[in-house]
Amino acid sequence: MSAPPVEIQGLTVRYGERPALTGVNWTAAPGLTAILGPNGAGKSTLLKAALGLIPAAEGQVRFFGLPLEQARPRLAYLPQRASVDWDFPASALDVVAMARLPRTRWFGRLPRAEREAARAALAAVGMADFADRQIGRLSGGQQQRVFLARALAQEADLFLMDEPLAAVDVVTEQTILAVLHGLVRAGKSVLMVHHDLSLVQAHFDQVLILAGRVVGAGPVAEAFTEPAIARAFGGLPGRTPTEAAA
Amino acid sequence: MIGHNTLVVLLGCAALGVAAGVVGSFALLRGRALLADAIGHAALPGVVLAAMIVSLLGGESRALAPLLLGAALTGVLGLLALRRLTASGRIRPDAAIAVVLSSFYALGTVGLSIAQTLPGVAQAGLSSFILGQAATLTESDAILAGALALGCVAVAVALFQPLRALCFDEAFARAQGLPVRALDLTLLGLLLAVCVAGLPAVGLVLVVALLVVPAAAARLLAGRLPGMLALAALFGAVAGAGGALVSTRFASIPTGAAVVLGGLVLFAGALGVSRMRRA
Repeated sequence: MSAPPVEIQGLTVRYGERPALTGVNWTAAPGLTAILGPNGAGKSTLLKAALGLIPAAEGQVRFFGLPLEQARPRLAYLPQRASVDWDFPASALDVVAMARLPRTRWFGRLPRAEREAARAALAAVGMADFADRQIGRLSGGQQQRVFLARALAQEADLFLMDEPLAAVDVVTEQTILAVLHGLVRAGKSVLMVHHDLSLVQAHFDQVLILAGRVVGAGPVAEAFTEPAIARAFGGLPGRTPTEAAA
Repeated sequence: MIGHNTLVVLLGCAALGVAAGVVGSFALLRGRALLADAIGHAALPGVVLAAMIVSLLGGESRALAPLLLGAALTGVLGLLALRRLTASGRIRPDAAIAVVLSSFYALGTVGLSIAQTLPGVAQAGLSSFILGQAATLTESDAILAGALALGCVAVAVALFQPLRALCFDEAFARAQGLPVRALDLTLLGLLLAVCVAGLPAVGLVLVVALLVVPAAAARLLAGRLPGMLALAALFGAVAGAGGALVSTRFASIPTGAAVVLGGLVLFAGALGVSRMRRA
């Protein structure tokens, strides 16, 4: 078996003085992994630090046995939808085509083949008919599917996704879950920050449960347990599990 | 009847407007448009200093190139000061811009009043750098400013794809391995060059408006970035040439003011059209 998709050793991240993640040691198995935990547990922070978007105080991360810089072409990233301005003057196709930029020369127009690849990614999430629509005129769920299409267009082996299922409509949720299963069948791995505990049993292979540190990790059947969930969601001061899960 | 010199000045101002529209669009989308205001004001001490040095060395203090070089130098100093002030995160960018802009401008104003007493500098017409006076531009001045501006357009258009990716989603661009820092520096360099090129014609007080107003108007109308750039370039050119024309006809009206008022008419029109479309 080849090297694991992600291997994290002693990862600590601080925002100023405040620790966001402390001493994370975790190795992902191939397949679909849900990263769970209450707000402020460090879920998004883990993805961002792994991708070098925010500095890590300590620790190292390897993808497929390689350091980040060498592994980049094999990685795709799907940030939170709210992280960008959807009034930006761009069509759905423009946004997805941005994923192809590292594969081509920068100057001038994007080659036709790259635009076609972007179009195919849009079709894969059921958005082919919206390719030319300005992104601000799409619904929230459609915008989320555009982001998923952009990640698909990166043609990666590992997908790091930050809450793609947050506040989406049923069609979008079904589409995204179908795409995720398709990726796993094709031998890809997905790490997904996720908050809806009800979907975990049915759809995910592994979980990583965070509360500022690793509270639980492993196959869903073993690690997705009441005590682990309670530890994570009850672990922050001033929160009850039900409040935190809401 | 438009004379040859006037025509060259108008073309120079139109080229400047095109560059301001294109570079201003990227700056606006990246949330950096106000930096143009800081650069413009920070340029004044450099202009004054350059004029003094040139006249001390016995050169022609009206020569534009050294003045623009001086402007660029203190413009960069202003940007570095901004970076220093905001680095800790304890001073917000808006406050830092206000501090840098006003202190450099104050320094430049004091320098200007001293420089005006020096023989050789007094005739350089440095005060026209504050509000802009296209009528005082020579043909070669206009060609210099216009060429600098068109150079900026060429760079921005060539880097269209990565700049757009950066402006839309910095985190994604970084995750892809695009050189985000270098792209940001390039954009800043373009902003600096357009500001400096625009100083003699539009003036340091209002050069920010030439960068922001056409881009903001274009954004109201365009659904995609290529369209926004084209519209902003057109609006910038119309405002730039129109303002210059007005101020060459009525010498008491500073070019900067005429350019900005022209731009604002276009902006109001764009606002009206976008309102009607939404209704």
